[in-house]
Amino acid sequence: MDEATVLEKVKKVIVEEMDRKEDEITLESSFTEDFGADSLDVVQLVMGFEDAFDIEIPDEDVEQIKTVGAAVDYIKKKLEEKSA
Amino acid sequence: MALVTGASRGIGKGIALALAKEGAKVACLASSAGGEATAAQAGNGAIGVVCNVAEADQAQEAVSQVVERLGGLHIAVNNAGIARDQLLLRMTQQEWDEVIAVNLTGPFNIVKAAAKPMMKARWGRIINISSIVGLSGQAGQANYAASKAGLIGFTKAVAKEFGSRGITCNAIAPGFIETDMTSELPLERREHVHNSAPSGRLGTVEDIAAAAVFLAGEGASYITGQVLTVDGGLTL
Repeated sequence: MDEATVLEKVKKVIVEEMDRKEDEITLESSFTEDFGADSLDVVQLVMGFEDAFDIEIPDEDVEQIKTVGAAVDYIKKKLEEKSA
Repeated sequence: MALVTGASRGIGKGIALALAKEGAKVACLASSAGGEATAAQAGNGAIGVVCNVAEADQAQEAVSQVVERLGGLHIAVNNAGIARDQLLLRMTQQEWDEVIAVNLTGPFNIVKAAAKPMMKARWGRIINISSIVGLSGQAGQANYAASKAGLIGFTKAVAKEFGSRGITCNAIAPGFIETDMTSELPLERREHVHNSAPSGRLGTVEDIAAAAVFLAGEGASYITGQVLTVDGGLTL
């Protein structure tokens, strides 16, 4: 899966779980600072990513995923590990 | 759209019928096919779903089915419960485990699955049927009392976790209600209730259903994490 496809799917999850418009989502967007995500939102996002990409995100990795860009990088890495 | 566990008889059936009467589409969950019978009686698009709430997979599957068939889920009533009464010294671990699994793990399984559609809707009502035994204890019911007290702590934690999403979570603590479960209790305890409750009578499933309907309604949106004792004054 290339980066653009991952980003598209990540955006879809954010739109779905956080009630955001797609055009306000950039790679630099921070989930907590820009989107006002609380701990429950973060859990919902993580579970949304897990379902959308069929991966598992352990609790200890969640704090790495602070921005949309970080989520895309993390998910790309996970998908590469999975297919390797 | 509502879901009631343990809806084949007793308090669960009474709550399912009352919610349907108030206009809710009700999913009647039961470990037997008895949920279907309650659904048929309830009408208003009610459905029956077979589910052992103690099994996480079954609970998740049942909630998914409910959301799909009813088109959403706003109210979840955790009523399913069992008793395995025995003095502690004679109580087996199996009797302990079975009661905890249904009465406490069951609600955990249901809420875990039901919270998602409620969060989406930004509106939810979770009602856990505890017991006055969970507040005051009862000889011969260490397992049951522990499960019902546990449910109260669970209720308060859930109320805090989901409060920001328009979801309330409350418990009802029924006293001595005339059901199949209490008909198995010794006559002397029934008589004790008659003599010591200020109301001078046993409770009915309708008494509990009325409380559940209230907590499930829009008017109760500012009440969360509470235990509503419905016992005719028995524990006063």
